[in-house]
Amino acid sequence: MRAPSIFSFGFAYYLLLALFLYLPIVLLIIFSFNDSTLLVFPFKGFTLKWYQSLSNARELLDAVRNSILVGLFSSFVAVIFGTMAALAIARFNFPGRSFFLAISSLPLVIPYVVLGVAMLLLFAQVGVELSLFTVAAAHTVINIPYVMLIVAARLAGFEQNLEEAAMDLGATYWGMLMRVTLPISAPALIAAFLSSFTTSFDEFALAFFLTGTDNTLPVYLYSQLRFPNRLPLVVTLAAIIMLVSVILIVFSEWLRRVGTKDVPRTS
Amino acid sequence: MESRSRLTTLLAPPALWLFLLFILPLGIMAVFSFRAGSFGAEREQFTLENYQQFFANRSYLNLLGQSVVIAFQTALITVVLSYPLAYFLSFRGGASRVTLLTILIVPAWTSFLLRIFAWKLILGSGGILNTALLSLNVIEEASPLLIYSRAAVIVTLVYVWIPFATLPIFAALERVDRRLLEAAADLGCAPWQVFLRVTLPLTLPGVIAAFFFVFIPTLGEWVTPALVGGAQGVMYGNLIQDQFVRALNWPLGAVMSLVLMALVLIFIVIFNRFIRVSDLAGA
Repeated sequence: MRAPSIFSFGFAYYLLLALFLYLPIVLLIIFSFNDSTLLVFPFKGFTLKWYQSLSNARELLDAVRNSILVGLFSSFVAVIFGTMAALAIARFNFPGRSFFLAISSLPLVIPYVVLGVAMLLLFAQVGVELSLFTVAAAHTVINIPYVMLIVAARLAGFEQNLEEAAMDLGATYWGMLMRVTLPISAPALIAAFLSSFTTSFDEFALAFFLTGTDNTLPVYLYSQLRFPNRLPLVVTLAAIIMLVSVILIVFSEWLRRVGTKDVPRTS
Repeated sequence: MESRSRLTTLLAPPALWLFLLFILPLGIMAVFSFRAGSFGAEREQFTLENYQQFFANRSYLNLLGQSVVIAFQTALITVVLSYPLAYFLSFRGGASRVTLLTILIVPAWTSFLLRIFAWKLILGSGGILNTALLSLNVIEEASPLLIYSRAAVIVTLVYVWIPFATLPIFAALERVDRRLLEAAADLGCAPWQVFLRVTLPLTLPGVIAAFFFVFIPTLGEWVTPALVGGAQGVMYGNLIQDQFVRALNWPLGAVMSLVLMALVLIFIVIFNRFIRVSDLAGA
């Protein structure tokens, strides 16, 4: 493979689309330094005041904390259940296997508005009050399929001789899972956790229907978009969140690449 | 026998969890679609009126039809824009192609809501596009038409989906055996013939998967139209949302959701032959 030529039509096209994809983000970052409460051109001047006043924005910081809690809880549950499902799918052949795979992947393609209102009706029907827990429960449903597919890909990647060897040497099945299978799958598990967390942290369409009195960050942001004078603060927080998520994403991508590359081979 | 109990231990908890939080809600939604009201005594009565009301009101089905059109246009534009991108990355990207791809994906995983909101800053009346057009004297006064239209919804959705559509197309292109292309060239095919007769047919499943992964979620989209669509850009998802938030007509909302679900399932069955779900997770 030769190196990409910088001055080609293809590269120009790539740059154009990259510009298209980054433009809104760059705009938000620029406006976070703009010395005006109005998010319109032209710029009024450079300021750091929005960054300084962030620490006083109680509701905003509460929402960030809520989103982190929901993200941690739902990702934790999703990784556990998703990994169990992945083990069942990758290591066992059972009647209804493809049916289970199809049903459990369905949340990936079902419109979130349908899932959101269906869960709202469920909680109304059984009398569960809406809270951060109901949001987290919904997030596990959309994250389990992702975890399942990421982990199953990893499990399919390494040869089962290692597992057989562990059991020949006297490990119980569960001991073998804990000491061989899961450690080898660790990069995939971490990547799945991070990708679940970022999904949950950013999820709005479901959370909108399922939050109680405590807001997650996207729900709070949505409520603020109607008040123009609050926007600079929101945009400033967005700039910070983007930076943090970029770091998380690059890290999780890197892990996943490591996770699918150095799969131990016995042969 | 031992293997059976291991399987049960592994499978039962996630299966039960998904049943309680995914299958059961859909079932309860189906029950709600026959209820006479959202609360109180009305909730205990069962009726077919919601279905009659839904199918009697042409505007509901019209909006569903328009949403199918919007989703189709969005998916088509997204795939057409993404294919050359994925092609460049796979065939001309060299050793750095995965890095170049990651650069495109990074913005896609930052705040969805605020990226959409940012389009208001671009398309709005004090936005970058109006400012630019004004200063270039292309227009005399700021045009409010750039935002709050169906076009604004499609542009914003295309923006949202391009990275996701590029992935399965890129994966399909990566799987193309390069020797086939050489063989075709050796046998006298011009480059465009190689593309049309070898590359494109081989990557068609990836293209269809990309189309599907844009089309289906867009069908139920309500956040983007709510933010940049205005009255002109309303979609079916907004109708459903409205029944649960403002109108508080849950039974009618349940009917609307079920109709959307049924439509989505039909499309899934149609597309099913071409899809590899694992493409979506990038696995």
